Amino acid sequence: MSTAPAIEAEGLAKSFGETRAVDGVDLHVAQGAVYGVLGPNGAGKTTTIRMLATLLAPDGGRASVLGHDIVAEADTVRSLVSLTGQLASVDEELTGRENLVLMARLLGHSRAGAKARATELLEAFGLIEAAAKQVKHYSGGMRRRLDIAASIVATPRLMFLDEPTTGLDPRSRNQVWDIVRALVGQGTTVLLCTQYLEEADQLADRIAVIDHGRVIAEGTPAQLKASVGRGALHVRLLEPGDRPRSADLLGDDVQLLPDPAALSLPCASADQASEAIAALVTAGVRVAGFSLGQPSLDEVFLALTGHPAEAGAEQEEVAA
Amino acid sequence: MSAVDTTPERSPELEQVHAALVSGERPARPGAVAQCLTFGWRGMLKIKHVPEQLIDVTITPVLFLLMFTYLFGGAVAGSTGDYLQFLLPGMLVQSVLFVSVYSGVALNTDKTKGVVDRFRSLPIWRPAPLVGAVIGDSVRYVVASVIVVVLGFIMGFDADGGAPGVLAAIGLVTLFAFGLSWAFTTIGLLMRAPSAVMNTGFMLLFPLVFLSNIFVAPDTLPGWLEAFVDVNPISHLTTSARGLMGGDAEADSIVISLLTAAALTAVFAPLTVRLYRKA
Repeated sequence: MSTAPAIEAEGLAKSFGETRAVDGVDLHVAQGAVYGVLGPNGAGKTTTIRMLATLLAPDGGRASVLGHDIVAEADTVRSLVSLTGQLASVDEELTGRENLVLMARLLGHSRAGAKARATELLEAFGLIEAAAKQVKHYSGGMRRRLDIAASIVATPRLMFLDEPTTGLDPRSRNQVWDIVRALVGQGTTVLLCTQYLEEADQLADRIAVIDHGRVIAEGTPAQLKASVGRGALHVRLLEPGDRPRSADLLGDDVQLLPDPAALSLPCASADQASEAIAALVTAGVRVAGFSLGQPSLDEVFLALTGHPAEAGAEQEEVAA
Repeated sequence: MSAVDTTPERSPELEQVHAALVSGERPARPGAVAQCLTFGWRGMLKIKHVPEQLIDVTITPVLFLLMFTYLFGGAVAGSTGDYLQFLLPGMLVQSVLFVSVYSGVALNTDKTKGVVDRFRSLPIWRPAPLVGAVIGDSVRYVVASVIVVVLGFIMGFDADGGAPGVLAAIGLVTLFAFGLSWAFTTIGLLMRAPSAVMNTGFMLLFPLVFLSNIFVAPDTLPGWLEAFVDVNPISHLTTSARGLMGGDAEADSIVISLLTAAALTAVFAPLTVRLYRKA
């Protein structure tokens, strides 16, 4: 195996008309880990991935994948990578088995070899019972698993996963996460684009945070959290109805978390945390639990970009 | 590999995923022809799974054939039998050309569903999916042709050109449809939704089919319309099909049909490939 970095990008740029979708992205991704690319919708993640997977020619900058230039050696790059895009890009009119046999045949398997490989993958991904069904009758989770199976008919050296769990239920999401971990355990490098901070936190060894087509921060999840500089107190209330009142009690820095009964407060010390809890208890708010920890990636994102990840996503949707 | 042993608590299902990854060696890359044939196989599977698509476009010419022959045949040509002789080759043309619109619809479906992305990220000869689709299309053209011609024979069509004439007519119409299908694949890559491709395709095709000599002899038309019908390539194709099936083919209409098909291919095939590279 070569020791070239999985991805090396310098000043990668792409415009669509007036919009600079990717505005000079630098990436250095070592082999054999999950590298997270985190950012809201429209930040330029998908465009970056499409350039690295040779689907889109960059306007500026350069990049190489496993030591091969993505423009000059596009064909070699394609034989080393796999792409699982945002859409589950499988043929809905064909059956699950036919989709996999199609991929296997295109990669050079014999007729019998393709069938055997398809069966192996269908079994591994829990799709063997649905093998003869047309994909349009699959659930979202099944479709996504088939999509990933189609990407590893030949095990890639580098796999691009673009928002692989968007729209999946928690169980399917966990299955996809397990598959990603299995991929890495097997020596494949994974570039994971996600707008879910929890996903990046769970899977990624290093993370690049992208906003407005640029990398605004890079490091391990722990480094990114440390860069915010403060820990946070997470409080879970017994009654979600108490949250507005609690937020008032805890001051301006308080952040409402997606869980309707939870909130968090930046805290410099354990003393400050116990004061905050005491204030809540004194006011008669019933606290179900609390923890003092590193800031979440949500908080990191807010600190880095000045806007929360979720709000950014909404703005983008309105604009589109 | 040592990595397999590092997480002993793995579930049996994950164990299978690991095993599948380990055995995922990449075989030797197949040749371009093998790749095209694989995409052709995909086209066949689509006919098998979605026969409605073929029926939809074939049912219209079948209805036209029945309706025009029995309803208007007597009025237009004096007798239903005479009109059938006139109409059937034109119905063959209409039927096959309608089917060619679906080349664009299918490609657009691939594009909007992300399937094009998957194919484009594979280490394969880049036009292979397009060329392979042509193989699938040719089967659909032949099926549509056979349905129309068999119905014609049941209704009493008399082919003076014999079996070779009928086969030659089907062959020529199919060749023309190949040429035309490149125009629809170009539209397929430019449009946003499969339904838009279908609407645009039929919007372009309907006037050309109706303002041709498929249904009536052009000399019964007003002069300005006759002039258009006479230059319409579909008229030349219909004249050729009539001639081949009737045993009195004229070389010039056949040559014009072949040249039109070649011109459509020369313009739209490179355009399709170009758009596909950027899709």
